[in-house]
Amino acid sequence: MKPAFRDGMRDGIPIGLGYFAVSFSLGIAARAAGLTVFQGFLASLLNNSSSGEYAAFTLIANHATYLELALMTITANSRYFMMSCALSQKCAPGLPLRHRLLLGFDITDELFGITLARPGSLDPYYTYGAVATAAPCWAIGTAVGVVTGTLMPLRLVSAFSVALYGMFIAVVIPAAKQNQVVAGVVTASFVASFLADKLVPLATVSAGARIILLTLAVSAVAAMLFPCTQEEELQYA
Amino acid sequence: MRNIYLYLLVMAGVTYAIRVIPLTLLRGKIKSRFLHSFLYYIPYATLAVMTFPAVLNATQVPLAGALAMVVGIIVAWRGAKLIWVASSCCLTVFLVESLVMMI
Repeated sequence: MKPAFRDGMRDGIPIGLGYFAVSFSLGIAARAAGLTVFQGFLASLLNNSSSGEYAAFTLIANHATYLELALMTITANSRYFMMSCALSQKCAPGLPLRHRLLLGFDITDELFGITLARPGSLDPYYTYGAVATAAPCWAIGTAVGVVTGTLMPLRLVSAFSVALYGMFIAVVIPAAKQNQVVAGVVTASFVASFLADKLVPLATVSAGARIILLTLAVSAVAAMLFPCTQEEELQYA
Repeated sequence: MRNIYLYLLVMAGVTYAIRVIPLTLLRGKIKSRFLHSFLYYIPYATLAVMTFPAVLNATQVPLAGALAMVVGIIVAWRGAKLIWVASSCCLTVFLVESLVMMI
């Protein structure tokens, strides 16, 4: 076994533990959308995305069209596009295509974070090691959530179902603390989302479409008024 | 009723495409400052929009969801790791709803 792979497996352990807890609440959402244990497991194995899967389950529960689902998936996962752009800059120029195709399968906030944090040009085997530990936790946690979601008292289900929002908050807040514009984007998004939920013209639009519209609008306005500085770009370069 | 497996196929295909296209095609640096900034802000906007006010409807008592969000923001602001932020949100909901039931 390559040393980099072993390092990756080790660093994947805390990530896997966190994944298990969060994907458990994702399993509850999957069950609510009418997915079986196997379907929940498969969804998590193939997608590895908390926000993307959560948004998709919400749409599936509402019998959305396939096009709506595709658009929602693009929006909810757009940050992985950006992370993939960033990782492409860290790859050695001669990195073979097969590694690029494999690396693209499991870019998540956490795996992106540790891959980028490792000094030197990207070593795919390090990332594969972390994925080997973390990805099964994500899929199994989802399956366990689907199974036990109904066995648990309602109060526990209720408590676990906010784990996902906790995860979203944990991604957004540290960035908002470091960067005032991000803090503004987050605040504006909260306010806009709340208003859109209450005001008539937007409240009648489906939840998925509302998320897409608000995200694009807030981000575009922020990008026009406050283009990123060189330092912010360097964070990902 | 649409087919769940087709739904899963759409999700998985789109998600993989998003993750793999830049990695395989992009060899140079993104030039447009607007596009770069736009991509930079999108993740934060999406996550924030999806969190609120949906968190209020995720719990049996809306107040529990609201307090979970406040606690999560405070805990995250103080630099806690993801797992502790998520746990503190869960614990808050459990305590608040237990209290409400007793009353």
